[in-house]
Amino acid sequence: MKDTLVIGGHEFQSRFILGSGKYSLDLINAAVQNAGAQIITLALRRANEGGTANILDYIPEGVTLLPNTSGARNADEAVRIARLSRACGCGDFVKIEIMRDSKYLLPDNQETIRATEILANEGFVVMPYMYPDLNVARDLVNAGAASIMPLAAPIGTNKGLATREFIKILIDEIDLPIIVDAGIGRPSQACEAMEMGAAAIMANTAIATAGDIPAMAEAFKQAIEAGRTAYLAGLGRVRETASASSPLTGFLQD
Amino acid sequence: MENEKTEIISAKYITEQTNHMEYQPGMDNIGSEVQDEVISRMNAYDADAYMAADVLRALRKDVLSPEDFGALLSPAALPFLEQMAQRAQAETRKHFGNSVQMFTPLYIANYCENYCIYCGFNCHNKIRRAKLDMDEVEQELKAIAETGLQEILILTGESRAMSPVSYIGEAVKLARKYFRVIGIEIYPLNVDEYAYLHECGVDYVTVFQETYDDQKYKTLHLGGHKRIFPYRLNAQERALMGGMRGVGFAALLGLSDFRKDAFATGLHAYLLQRKYPHAEIAFSCPRLRPIINNDKINPKDVHEPQLLQVVCAYRIFMPFASITISTRERAGFRDNIIGIAATKISAGVDVGIGGHSGEDKGDEQFEISDGRSVDEVYQAICDHGLQPVMADYLYV
Repeated sequence: MKDTLVIGGHEFQSRFILGSGKYSLDLINAAVQNAGAQIITLALRRANEGGTANILDYIPEGVTLLPNTSGARNADEAVRIARLSRACGCGDFVKIEIMRDSKYLLPDNQETIRATEILANEGFVVMPYMYPDLNVARDLVNAGAASIMPLAAPIGTNKGLATREFIKILIDEIDLPIIVDAGIGRPSQACEAMEMGAAAIMANTAIATAGDIPAMAEAFKQAIEAGRTAYLAGLGRVRETASASSPLTGFLQD
Repeated sequence: MENEKTEIISAKYITEQTNHMEYQPGMDNIGSEVQDEVISRMNAYDADAYMAADVLRALRKDVLSPEDFGALLSPAALPFLEQMAQRAQAETRKHFGNSVQMFTPLYIANYCENYCIYCGFNCHNKIRRAKLDMDEVEQELKAIAETGLQEILILTGESRAMSPVSYIGEAVKLARKYFRVIGIEIYPLNVDEYAYLHECGVDYVTVFQETYDDQKYKTLHLGGHKRIFPYRLNAQERALMGGMRGVGFAALLGLSDFRKDAFATGLHAYLLQRKYPHAEIAFSCPRLRPIINNDKINPKDVHEPQLLQVVCAYRIFMPFASITISTRERAGFRDNIIGIAATKISAGVDVGIGGHSGEDKGDEQFEISDGRSVDEVYQAICDHGLQPVMADYLYV
């Protein structure tokens, strides 16, 4: 059976999404060739309209662009950036990033819900970056989001699944693809998130800052595939309490 | 009903006799909460009280307190400069990856009403003064845009009379046609004036405090608006209140005790970021440079190791802040520090007036050490395995 990732009616084979932030031609090539990425995030604020080092020039054919609204401090700014992105020919996908904090770059959930609703109504495929909160995730579903992108740890920290328990809840309760974003620092962490049932992984820093970028991209690909396969194979949940080999209830008959 | 706003008093009325701590008519006074804390903690900061163990403890921490920042700025930290550079580099990579932003300053006027004894633009220095008209500004903007740059920093000398806010606003509107990101480095403004320039297209405001030691400050700034210490110190907060996205801080290292000044600069940025969490923070790290008609001025005790120490301390204390490295420094220093802690570098710099598109018609503010073109700096960034970024912001 074909195992595809479906976001807003679009199908993808790859479950690795390259984040923005730290860009270079080498990184994009590695993400596409070694990690098999079919979606690449693009910070619109860094996409030059002409001029040198235009990131748009780096994006290979056939790759879906996922422009983000980084730099937006509220819903109105995010909406403006998304419209600008569409007008620039970057397509209908948009990743909403709204930060009111320049230090930790944590997403503003309330404003994100507002922007999601406006943009979904305008026909965008909206992928909101959020702090993993079940109530907010439900509001985002109702607002028309195409996926939910909870953060694993503060952006750029490579600290792994710091929000593990809360992401698990989203995976269990929300019917949209849950794409783990931000904080994934090692292939093993990506694998763990995929085992839990995450639909895809977004990463950037971990690969961008690796000594050998193509090799690290390859490692992420393998880790994500391994985690996905384990999830589909029906990995038993690790139980919180031990299961006794001579259970107390073992005497029961009939 | 709002009262009619008082015009800011003419610069000529502010002299050596004026109390430098007293706001003058027309100047917004937004209170001194941040200023008081910066000054009292700076006064309490004793750089010589730190020991190696304090430095190592600071370096082991994930998130540094102002106390730890003080340790990194202390003489005790100098033997650990290599470790500081390693940590700074790791933080820079984590937050900025391999990107380095490029920009150039554009001086549109060099008239000045301040008498600052260390500055080449000061009103008693006999230099050629000039002010570009809008046609000339546009020619300069075009010439700079052709180099591929997309971020520009517009500067004037500090003269409200010769370079009024309206003049700067018109120049900014023109700059919006050619550039994605616009910063200003001009005289301090009132909140409504910052709001106006933000509407014109400015997102970033840099104000050099020069020194946070007000007793030293008053002996260096003998006349003009700049003499008023608190009006200058609170400029960044007024800029944020006016809607600006980011603010830049700097002490001119070498004017006074550079360790205290660097400590105050970091603390000032830290406190404003806590008060305005959305604010983007930037540091510049200028050292004194020789100026025309005063060759006695030279960086004194701030040598390259000390400068690197300060830059690394800023980076480790505030890992997310943008750090700009000045053309005051030589090419070799600049190229290496962008690999460690600085994230922004100017190129194709002309600190005179009108030199981008023709002959300079006004003299320069100071001597630069790195006169390389945009292409040369671009290539140097690539040669260091880094990625030049022409614009990282969007005016919304």
